[in-house]
Amino acid sequence: MSGPGPRMTREEIEAHAQELQTKKKATVDVPDSERIGLGESGKFDTDIYGSKNKFEGYYDSIAPNEDVEDDDEVVMPGARPRTNYTAPLSVLNDIPQAEKDHDPFAEHKRPTIMERQSNNEYFKKQPRLVMSPERVDFFADGGKTPDVNARQYSDVMREQQVRMEERELQRRIREKAKDGPLVPVSNGEAVKPAATKKRGRWDQTAPDENVVPTKKKPSWETAEVKRSSCYSWTHRLGCNSRTCGSETPGSGATPATQHIWDPTPAHNMTPGHATPGVESRGGGGGGGASMRRNRWDETPKTERETPGHNSGWAETPKVVREAADIIQETPTPSASKRKSRWDETPAVAMTPQTPATPMTPHTPSMMTPSGVTPVGSKAMAMATPSPSQLLQMTPEQLQAYRWEKEIDERNRPLSDEELDTMFPPGYKVLPPPAGYIPIRTPARKLSATPTPIAGTPQGFFIQTEEKSAKFMDTQPKGGNLPFLKPEDAQYFDKLLIDVDEESLSPEEQKERKIMKLLLKIKNGTPPMRKSALRQITDKAREFGAGPLFNQILPLLMSPTLEDQERHLLVKVIDRVLYKLDDLVRPYVHKILVVIEPLLIDEDYYARVEGREIISNLAKAAGLATMISTMRPDIDNIDEFVRNTTARAFAVVASALGIPSLLPFLKAVCKSKKSWQARHTGIKIVQQISILMGCAILPHLKSLVEIIEHGLVDEQQKVRTITALAIAALAEAATPYGIESFDSVLKPLWKGIRNYRGKGLAAFLKAIGYLIPLMDAEYANYYTREVMLILIREFQSPDEEMKKIVLKVVKQCCATDGVEPQYIKDEILPHFFKHFWNHRMALDKRNYRQLVDTTVEIANKVGASEIINRIVDDLKDENETYRKMVVETIEKIMANLGAADIDSRLEEQLIDGILYAFQEQTNEDIVLLNGFGTIVNQLGKRVKPYLPQICGTILWRLNNKAAKVRQQAADLITKIAAVMKTCQEEKLMGHLGVVLYEYLGEEYPEVLGSILGALKAIVNVIGMTKMTPPIKDLLPRLTPILKNRHEKVQENCIDLVGRIADRGPEYVSAREWMRICFELLELLKAHKKAIRRATVNTFGYIAKAIGPSDVTHVLLANLRVQERQNRVCTTVALAIVAETCSPFTVLPALMNEYRVPELNVQNGVLKSLSFLFEYIGEMAKDYVYAVTPLLEDALMDRDLVHRQTACAAIKHLALGVYGFGCEDALVHLLNYVWPNIFETSPHLVQAFMDSVEGMRVALGPMKILQYALQGLFHPARKVRDVYWKIYNSLYIGGQDALVAGYPRIPNDPKNEYTRYELDYVL
Amino acid sequence: MSGAERYNIHSQLEHLQSKYIGTGHADTTKHEWLTNQHRDTFASILGHPDLINFMAICENETKARIRFNLVEKMLQPCGPPPEKPED
Repeated sequence: MSGPGPRMTREEIEAHAQELQTKKKATVDVPDSERIGLGESGKFDTDIYGSKNKFEGYYDSIAPNEDVEDDDEVVMPGARPRTNYTAPLSVLNDIPQAEKDHDPFAEHKRPTIMERQSNNEYFKKQPRLVMSPERVDFFADGGKTPDVNARQYSDVMREQQVRMEERELQRRIREKAKDGPLVPVSNGEAVKPAATKKRGRWDQTAPDENVVPTKKKPSWETAEVKRSSCYSWTHRLGCNSRTCGSETPGSGATPATQHIWDPTPAHNMTPGHATPGVESRGGGGGGGASMRRNRWDETPKTERETPGHNSGWAETPKVVREAADIIQETPTPSASKRKSRWDETPAVAMTPQTPATPMTPHTPSMMTPSGVTPVGSKAMAMATPSPSQLLQMTPEQLQAYRWEKEIDERNRPLSDEELDTMFPPGYKVLPPPAGYIPIRTPARKLSATPTPIAGTPQGFFIQTEEKSAKFMDTQPKGGNLPFLKPEDAQYFDKLLIDVDEESLSPEEQKERKIMKLLLKIKNGTPPMRKSALRQITDKAREFGAGPLFNQILPLLMSPTLEDQERHLLVKVIDRVLYKLDDLVRPYVHKILVVIEPLLIDEDYYARVEGREIISNLAKAAGLATMISTMRPDIDNIDEFVRNTTARAFAVVASALGIPSLLPFLKAVCKSKKSWQARHTGIKIVQQISILMGCAILPHLKSLVEIIEHGLVDEQQKVRTITALAIAALAEAATPYGIESFDSVLKPLWKGIRNYRGKGLAAFLKAIGYLIPLMDAEYANYYTREVMLILIREFQSPDEEMKKIVLKVVKQCCATDGVEPQYIKDEILPHFFKHFWNHRMALDKRNYRQLVDTTVEIANKVGASEIINRIVDDLKDENETYRKMVVETIEKIMANLGAADIDSRLEEQLIDGILYAFQEQTNEDIVLLNGFGTIVNQLGKRVKPYLPQICGTILWRLNNKAAKVRQQAADLITKIAAVMKTCQEEKLMGHLGVVLYEYLGEEYPEVLGSILGALKAIVNVIGMTKMTPPIKDLLPRLTPILKNRHEKVQENCIDLVGRIADRGPEYVSAREWMRICFELLELLKAHKKAIRRATVNTFGYIAKAIGPSDVTHVLLANLRVQERQNRVCTTVALAIVAETCSPFTVLPALMNEYRVPELNVQNGVLKSLSFLFEYIGEMAKDYVYAVTPLLEDALMDRDLVHRQTACAAIKHLALGVYGFGCEDALVHLLNYVWPNIFETSPHLVQAFMDSVEGMRVALGPMKILQYALQGLFHPARKVRDVYWKIYNSLYIGGQDALVAGYPRIPNDPKNEYTRYELDYVL
Repeated sequence: MSGAERYNIHSQLEHLQSKYIGTGHADTTKHEWLTNQHRDTFASILGHPDLINFMAICENETKARIRFNLVEKMLQPCGPPPEKPED
């Protein structure tokens, strides 16, 4: 195109037209196929409508005959690992979201324990433990032989054995696979590169092994292995089936998977064997899973469990998967005991029996990624999420889901009845046209009833309104129950159904009752919770251990549990345990599985609670049961289980006493069978010493003997833990018990010569804790021995080793026997060479440890020795390193002072610290403190440097950055005292003037610091010498009192109070009055220190300028509305009265009582109360003066009048006790007494207090005469309160009352006269 | 007592008081009260040596005997409790 302007010449226009034509030709030039024929529907003109198809993104056809389209990605809600799961995409897609992933309340949300712990690496390792079925209680029934089928110790041990063998076998297979002889059978389809993500321990150790061809996590490993016993693997091993079937109720649900490492490869080709319906559609990619499902492997489903074990919670994970299976195949009607109203849809087989489901992060992978596409029924699986799916959503998702449901409910098609009511009569319903098929758009699909699949036995099922309309009714039926949270529904669903309790079996009634109580405890209001807790405790034995724990423990394992809820449930267990006592024995393991993880919780209180429960459990179940229950876990293959078991054992030891556990520990630590057992045994000893501290001392020798052989164990891990255990024992025993460790010294010393790395670190640690126990001579010898190794390890690059080495050096140097000279010669050169470098400053923990160790060494070798070596580093270029140096010097000097610092070093020090102070980029408290400490310790010697320091301060006070100014002012506060010692008053005066100049500071933090600095200067320099003079300074402070910032207020009021106290004469009375008015505002401050300082300042001011003006101001302030303000005013009045003698204030105060205003009168009474409290016995001169006023107040209709007057009388009575004012007091008591029947708690309290005061002042006998009137009054209400008074009299003056009791005549049966009192000589 | 009142300071006070033997409540009977008075009286005499001296002279007994008698009498100073009326 030619230029932008209009075409001028003809040629131009011609050319333009030509151009346009070519262009048009180009666009019109479309291939024939794209041209539109006559009678065909056209396309949209892209010129007009834009290049995009208007209908892009819309469906342009519907598929009435097909199954509902699968556009929505099918994701089962549970089909994700727990940590990052989402709601079904179908739900999320359909909900318009304003802003993705934004939760405005996120910060207010209480995180669940799972969320909190999910950051914890170790917790992720936590195996999904499954609570095993209850075990037999050998002590029950007087110790008669238990049923053979009952689960016993031997069974558990056998299972453990089987598991070990399984593990061993896997290992061998893996090795074989690696070495070559075992070649994985690949059928081309199923094998997937082993690069896919795997979980599970052995996968991690051998990531390249290719036996596992799918991305399916070895669920058998995490879940099924944990399952009590029954898994197909054992079948194949020919395991005694009794172990499997008989005592694991519900275990009939054999895992459907065939194990991947199954040696018979034939199974890998199973697809053909599976029912066609199950055949995976996209079998190519992730195909393994469905093939692995082999229903021929399944044992027939046993009918559901025994009553004691009904809900199947002990049984696990896999149920969602099972349910999915059920959908795909003919639904196996599961004889679920819990029948819920969701039962009607087939999806429900998965429902509530499986609370444990959400906890299994691995099951899901079975469903989607593995390619099991639920044919046909998929729509159903998705359309109406069944409760169990919903239960796996996070609360937010549920919220979203619920909201969406509500919208759907509001926009639902109108029903016939509704239409009938809306239309006037005369309309009739037309039949829909033939062939009409309702559209089901994806958006509507969710609320739609599930599409029936062909062949579903139930036929078409119309859901009732209630179910489709709402997600879930959250109000449990039955009286007065709290709402359910949706996440709770799986546990409490039975309460949602309204049933006639009478019609239920006793078992079910009991279950329902427990459920109700638990719900009240978990979600109820505090009173509700309290009474429910009491009920469940009282009835614990009636309910029985089984039903109780079967409900409590699943709740505790719920992934959505919050801290508060866990606390409550743990409390329930605690109380119930106490009541059940030995009935808990069969449930010990279940409880332990739930409680043990609490022992390693991040939250301190959770750990304490866990300990408490286990301790109570041990006391209830007894040692034998505890040992036989926990013994199998000691050599569990899982480190997590062993760890928690060791901790639990330590708790048991502390509960039942160490001696009772010693024989067992001895046996375990000597175990020949597995090193794991030895490891755990030794770990128990370690945990015991950590837990019990010096309480191990009596058993120290035996504990050491039990573990000592571990130092020479062939397993490195055992050696390490033994060394750590010895370290823990030594730490707990400090400073005693070295003789108990004699036997381990030699192996330890041999060990540090022979081992390297981690093992060596543990050995060093043990030695580090042992050396402080030794006497000086030995310590010296052993330190020399170990120091060679330590110095060698100084250069170890391992961070952990560095920390331990530092710690040991610190411990060695702290002992008596180690000579300073030795440290100087042998240790220091290497120490500084290897540790004092930049790298150590980077890691926080290294930093700390290095500082501590260096300070410890300095304590031995003297300050100058160390400071000399590091002082130059104050000028290092690395700031963190400088900080470390400053902190070390600060600590050393704070400990040791500056005595051995020579003038050269002193110069270097000041020079260095000034440099470091000036060069800091982020103002740190460390440098400030360091500077302060150095200057203060040097004291007078710092005088020559003060001008330089002040120069720096002044320069920094003028800095642009607020932080710098603040720090400079803070530094003045720190060194003011030293400046005074150095007699640098002139310099301080100068600083004062500068600070005064800066009072206009904007930043409140800085202003606060400046005021603080001024205060420090005023304090040391005194009022007279202060520059600027006080008379200039104070008026400048008055407006600052208005500042609302706490730091400013506090520092300002302190400064003003100081001036009012020490130099009020420098300021005119008018100025003080002005300040008084400002001070009133400060009475509102939130911080108590400010209010207290203010009230005291009133006292100082009143003293300075006389009380009348101040009193006037304060009395006027009694009229304000704000309560706190009035209260503070009354306190101030009382203080003024105290400082200026009561007679100066009292007349005005009493005069003010005549103001007919409630607040004022109460204020006056309250100040009287404070006044009498403060002036004590001085009150004797004013009793008669105030009596009429108090009389009047006690006759007032207003309760508060009487209450406050009672309080005043209490203080008055206590003050004048013994000064002969009884007449007035009795008079007042007669006015107080009629308030005896008041019910307002405050008045009752005040009344009781004043009676107590009177008891002291008048003697208990006088009051007893009053009290006797009502002790046996016919009305209980009267007796109640009179006895209360009698009781307080009795407690206060038991002995004195003896003489005052009335004479009671004998009656025919009893002799009531106290003849002893009638003796006369 | 109403629900709100149950947890306030007064119930605490009563609870505190009830920990001491010798305190009473609205249902204390005359016999119980008097029994406590007698015991307190004896305890008071036992605690004041002068009173023991005084009683020893009055009764012409040794002080030890007086002490012993007083302690013995503490068991049921007013005789057995009256029959409780059935309720």
